[in-house]
Order: sequence, then structure tokens, then C-alpha cells
Amino acid sequence: MIADIIETGSWLPFAFAFLLGLSLLLYAILDGYDLGVGMLTPLVDNAERDRMIASIGPFWDANETWLVLGVGLLLVAFPQAHGIVLTSLYLPVTLMILALIFRGVSFDFRKKVPPEKQAFWDRAFFLGSTVVALTQGYMVGRFVTGFQQGWAAQLFAVYFGVLVVAGYVLMGATWLIIKADGALQQRAIRWAKTAIWLMVFGAIFSSLAAVFTDTRIYERMFSFPELTLLIAMPLLSVALTLLMHFLCGVLPLPGDRLAWMPFAIAVAIFTLGFAGLVYSFYPYIIPGQLYIVEAAAAADSLFIILVGTLFVLPFLIGYTALSYYIFRGKATDLRYD
Amino acid sequence: MRRVEGDTAGNGPLARRIGLLSKTTFMVFSLPGIGKVAQLSAKSATMDALILSRIQFAANITFHILFPTITIALGWLLLFFKLRFSRTGDYKWMELYFFFTKVFALSFSLGVVSGVTMSFQFGTNWPGFMNSVGNIAGPLLAYEVITAFFLEATFLGIMLFAFRRVPSWVHTGATLMVAIGTTLSAFWILVLNSWMHTPQGFEMVDGVAYATSWREIIFTPSMPYRLTHVILSSGLTVAFLVGGLLSYRWLRGDRRPAVVTGLRCAILLAAVLGPLQALVGDLHGINTRDYQPAKLAAMEGLWQTKEGAPLVLFAMPNQQERTNRMEIAIPKLGSLIITRSLDGKVLGLEEFGDKIPPVSPVFWSFRVMVGLGMLMILIAWIGAWMLWRGRDYPGWYLRTLLVMTFSGWVATVAGWYVTEIGRQPWLVHGVLLTRDAVAELQPSHVGLTLTAYLTTYAFLLVAFIVTLFYLSRKETEKSPLEASQL
Repeated sequence: MIADIIETGSWLPFAFAFLLGLSLLLYAILDGYDLGVGMLTPLVDNAERDRMIASIGPFWDANETWLVLGVGLLLVAFPQAHGIVLTSLYLPVTLMILALIFRGVSFDFRKKVPPEKQAFWDRAFFLGSTVVALTQGYMVGRFVTGFQQGWAAQLFAVYFGVLVVAGYVLMGATWLIIKADGALQQRAIRWAKTAIWLMVFGAIFSSLAAVFTDTRIYERMFSFPELTLLIAMPLLSVALTLLMHFLCGVLPLPGDRLAWMPFAIAVAIFTLGFAGLVYSFYPYIIPGQLYIVEAAAAADSLFIILVGTLFVLPFLIGYTALSYYIFRGKATDLRYD
Repeated sequence: MRRVEGDTAGNGPLARRIGLLSKTTFMVFSLPGIGKVAQLSAKSATMDALILSRIQFAANITFHILFPTITIALGWLLLFFKLRFSRTGDYKWMELYFFFTKVFALSFSLGVVSGVTMSFQFGTNWPGFMNSVGNIAGPLLAYEVITAFFLEATFLGIMLFAFRRVPSWVHTGATLMVAIGTTLSAFWILVLNSWMHTPQGFEMVDGVAYATSWREIIFTPSMPYRLTHVILSSGLTVAFLVGGLLSYRWLRGDRRPAVVTGLRCAILLAAVLGPLQALVGDLHGINTRDYQPAKLAAMEGLWQTKEGAPLVLFAMPNQQERTNRMEIAIPKLGSLIITRSLDGKVLGLEEFGDKIPPVSPVFWSFRVMVGLGMLMILIAWIGAWMLWRGRDYPGWYLRTLLVMTFSGWVATVAGWYVTEIGRQPWLVHGVLLTRDAVAELQPSHVGLTLTAYLTTYAFLLVAFIVTLFYLSRKETEKSPLEASQL
């Protein structure tokens, strides 16, 4: 049986579904923190804004590459699903891309244009970050319901957009707790505290809207033995939320102890939420329409990608670690020379 | 997949608007050959989506290629500057390095964001491409992401911001990694592109391509020529970009050692790469003769098969009547260049039925590319001659270099038009027609996104160019680097 599976390569689609999920989760966490920082930039003055952007400057580009990899994996491993998803989400995808364009180039333009034009690019940076988060959340919401029509499905997607905005802001704020000190760090702690409750509201409202859509989420979760999971996951999330709330009450501690903890909690919340979401439609690749197995590309082509990935992965982890090591500690001004 | 509902164009103001849009855009793109097709097809919504999707992809890829064309070669030039500094300890090299790092960073971020756009467009507008040849294209694109994108993105951070944080050799190493990353990226994308022109190493089963030999897929007959041609074009683009920006500074009275040395590097680079490019271009043409004769015939404007074919210098190709108007040609020279013999046989467009590309855009783009290439060689050699004789550059020469700042862009884009339009009506030569790969989208949606993209690109292009010259002006006001600053 097992030899059979290995022989025919029928395990490959599931390996790729896992890799796809992994790179999208990594994207949400990594680009999540730099998009979150972007959304927080209007709240501070110019000097602090420079420090906030300095904390993400060396990393954002590699972070965004996880999205390219995710979409790439969807494209190469599940070409049929890729076509359906991207043509169904044609307009929001375009809006997200335009926002990604403006946000991405703002990093460079804001410091290279004459000083009087910097305000324009700072605004583009903020707006770009916000629209990216909003459209991504909206698209995940549309996807999870299998692109259903109707007000409830649309409302669900919009609430989900708000949820993702709050989630990214949380990631950004907790990242700043690590990378900033002094007044900026104290602000970041307050932002994190606000963001975690915004997230709770986003989750409650999107759950309410979900009741009126024809999703498998409830069907799936209210059956035994999944019911145990249904109870365990929110309980764990509530525990993490409360932990975050109280931790933000006591931070910063002397010697900057536990400054990494809010970020770790935020990562845990993201991972939990992501797992729950995936669980709700697995083994579909497009909820209610297309199974993972149906959508997969040829085994031979998948295998050659897997080989390459396994070969490159140690290097990728190595130089990513090098980069985070070089830019460790509190963020200072970024300069070329 | 969602079907296009109702709204077949031709029955409302919307359809007229789209018809108008495609017409005006084609005037901008000056592709008269397809313009007619656009009007004829106004009856069918799918055709409108096809035309609009094609314009959108053309706009995207045209905008995108501008920036990798800079970063591929500029990465290596920056490495050269850094190594010269390490060797000589002369600060002029670091001045050059830091100045052109700014140009690099700006170009890189524009390249990244427009590249992300491209990766989405495969799915949004051309799902048929991946459905049909995804088993080939997929792994090649995936290899680009995992071997090149992460590498260049991560090391770029170190290269830009860690000069004071790491030992000099680590910083040099990061610069090397970025250069390798951009070049690897070019390698994979040109492997895929070359496969689309000269596909091999696969079999078709029920309209889907399956790989049979990855060695054959990667090393297609046109790949070595195309890759070399593109990398050299990047080198020439950068040589003239560097030359143009430094001439601008020189003309504004900035004659510090960094400017003098940088300008010399640019001129010598162009003087060496120019003739090399002409040679490689010629070999690439011979390769096209063997594998894509219809494209070559369109480039040369040859409708009839001939022994001892002329070299057409000027003509107005007419797609419908399948003739040239106002032709100026040199007898037998075409055959000499293409077949290396005065009486060699050159296949005309008549051999290929309706599977021929729109001739005018290919014909004219080719002439723009070659003409600019000749001009670039001439200008570089004049400069090299002046350097050799130890003369000062006269004002007219520096102004010429300034005018030529973005000449590499024009030549590169023209070259891509030759090869990509020349492949039409095929998306993958002999395997997949472009019209069979398009998404069934609502034309109004594509029209909307196309407008948004065009506006964005125009704005960013202006911002990019204005910023480059602003940075150059700012640099002239700075005091030279000194030992204490490093």
C-alpha cells in the first residue's frame, strides 16, 4: 500500500498542498509584520517613522517573495485551481497588485525624492500597506466560501478583510516591541493591545456572517470527533489573547525581558487560525469545487520541483538567518554608506 | 470557471468605449497590423478580452523588462567598483558604488513589484498557458523563485544597509550574491522563454504537455543565443545609463575623479559590448532562420520565397495584400546575411499560410533595434578614440551621451517586440495558440485593469526618470568622500 503510493507519486499533490500552505502561512506572518508596520506609520512623526521603516527595510523584499512562491506553487502544482482562483478574484487581485506596487516602490522613493515630495510617498506607503491587507483578507474570505454569491458571503469576506488588517497590525506592533526602544516601544505595546481586541471583534463578526453562508465550516466542526477541536481551538485562542492582553500590561520589563513574547504569541494565533481555516475545507483545494488530487500537475514535474526545493532549502534558511543576525537588535537609521 | 455572461460587445456604449480604447491604445503602441483585427473582432466579447489581455500583458512585460535590464548588468558593475576599491583603496570607486547603488535599489524595487504583477497575470489572464504547458513552465518558474528571488532579495538588504555592520569582504560577498541572483533569474526566465520559441523535450497527451527530457527542455536550440543576447543588451543598457547620468553631472560642472573614471568605464564597456552584441545578434538571426523562419521573414519583410533575396532597408508592409509598399532594398544582400551566400534561398511569408505574425511591428521593431545598436557602437567608439588620444570630451559628445541615457531601454524593448510579436500567432511555437490560452473575463473588467496599469506605469516611469536626475544633481552638490567617512 505505502510502496504503491510512493511508486505512483500520488503523495505528491498532498506534499505540495502542504508546501503551499506553509509558504502562505510564512507569508502571512512575515509580510504580515512589515505590512502591519506600514499601517502604523501615520501615527508617528517623521523621525520615528524612519526608525519604524528601518526595522523592516532589510527584510520586506524577501518576505514578499513568500507570496510569489505561494502563488507560484499554486500555479505549478495546481494549474487548474490557480486559473479558477485568479480569474474569480480578478478585480481584487488587481487592486492588491497595484497596492503592492505603490507600497514596494515607496520604500525607495520616499528617501530618494526631494524632501517636499516625501509626504506623498509616505502616504502611498501607508495606503498601499492597508489596501494590500484589506484585499488579501477579502480574497481569503471569498475563497473560503468557494466564491459564493450573496450578501452574507460578501459581508463575510469584508469582515475577514478587517480581521486580516487587525492581524497584520498586531504582527507589526509586536515586531516593533522587539525592534524599538523608548517611547516608540511603549507606543507599540499600546498598539498591540488595541490590535488584539480588534482581531477579536473581526473574528466574532466574520463568524456571525459565516452562519448565513453555505459553508462546510459548521457542518464539519459540529460533527464528532471534530467537536473536540471546535472547543479546543477557540479556547486556546482565547487563552493566547488574554495572555497577550496581560503581557502588554506589564511590558516593557527591565533589561527588555520578554520583549519577543508578544510576537511569538501573535505567530501562534496566526498559525492556529490558519490551521483552522485550512481544516475547514481540506481535502478541497477550492472549497466545494475541486479536490487537491483532481487539480494537481504531472507527478514528474512536481517531483523535479521538490528535489530542487529540498536542495535549495538549507541555503535559503542559512542566508535568511544570516540576514536576521546581521540586522539583530534595535533598529537604527538605515543608510547605504 | 465563470463564463462571460450576456454582454456580448457591440450592443452598448460599453462596447464602443472598449473598441475606442483598444484602437487608441494600439495607436500608442503603433501596431497597425493588429489594430485592424481589433476592429473586426468587436463583435465577440472573448476576442475583446483577448485583445485587451494581450495589450495588458504587453504593457506589463514592457514595463517590467526595463528594470531587470538595468539590474542584471548593474549588479556586476557594482561588484567591479567594490573590488576596485578593495584593491586600490581609492575612494572614487566607493563614490561610484554608493551613487549607483541608489540607482540599483530603485530599479530593483520597480523590477520586483512589476515582476509580482507578471506572476499573477499568468493566472488572471492566461490560465490556458498553465493548463496546457504548466508541466514544463511550472518547474522552470519555480526554480527561478527558489534559486534566484530569495537569494537576491535577502542579500540586497545586506548589500544596501550593512556596509558598516559587517566586514568588507562580507559586504563584497553580498554584492556578488545579488549579481548572481539577478543573473540566475534571467537564466531561468530565458530558458522558459526560449522553450516557448523552440520547444522540445516533451510530448503532448490530450492537449497537455508532459516533460520527457529536462536536459532538452533547458538547453533548447535558441536558448544560448537568446540568453547571451539579453545579457549583452543589459550590459549595453547599463553602459549608456551610467554614461548618460555621469555626462549629466559632468555637464553641470562635476568633474571629480569618480565622474571621470565612471564615464571612462561606461564608454569602454559599451565599446567592447557593442560589436560583441552585433555578432551575437547575427548568430541569433541564423538560429531564427533555422527554427522560426516565419519570424525571420517578417523581420526582413520578405513575402515571397527567393534565391538571392534582397535586404529590405525601408518598406511599408501590407498584411492584407501581402506585399511591401515603398520598398527600398539592396539586391542579394539579404541572402548573403541570412544564408552566407549571394544566391541562398530565403523562405518568404507565403510559405506559412495564416500562421504568420503581424509583419509591420516586427519589421519596424527590428529596424529600431538594429539602428540603435549601430548608433551605440558608433558613439562608444568615438568616445574610445578620444580616450585613446587623451582628448577631453567636447560638449556635443557629452550631450549626445545624455540624450542616449535610455537608448538601451528602447533597443531592448524593440528587440523583445521582434521576438515576441514574431512568434505570433503562437504562444508556444507550434504547440499553443495565444487565443487558446486567454481567460474568459469580462472585457469591461480587463479594460478597467488595463487603464489602471497603464496609468500606474506611466506615473512610475516618470517618477523613476525624474528621481534619477534629481539624485545626480544632489550628488554633484555633495563633497567628495574622504577616508574619515568610511
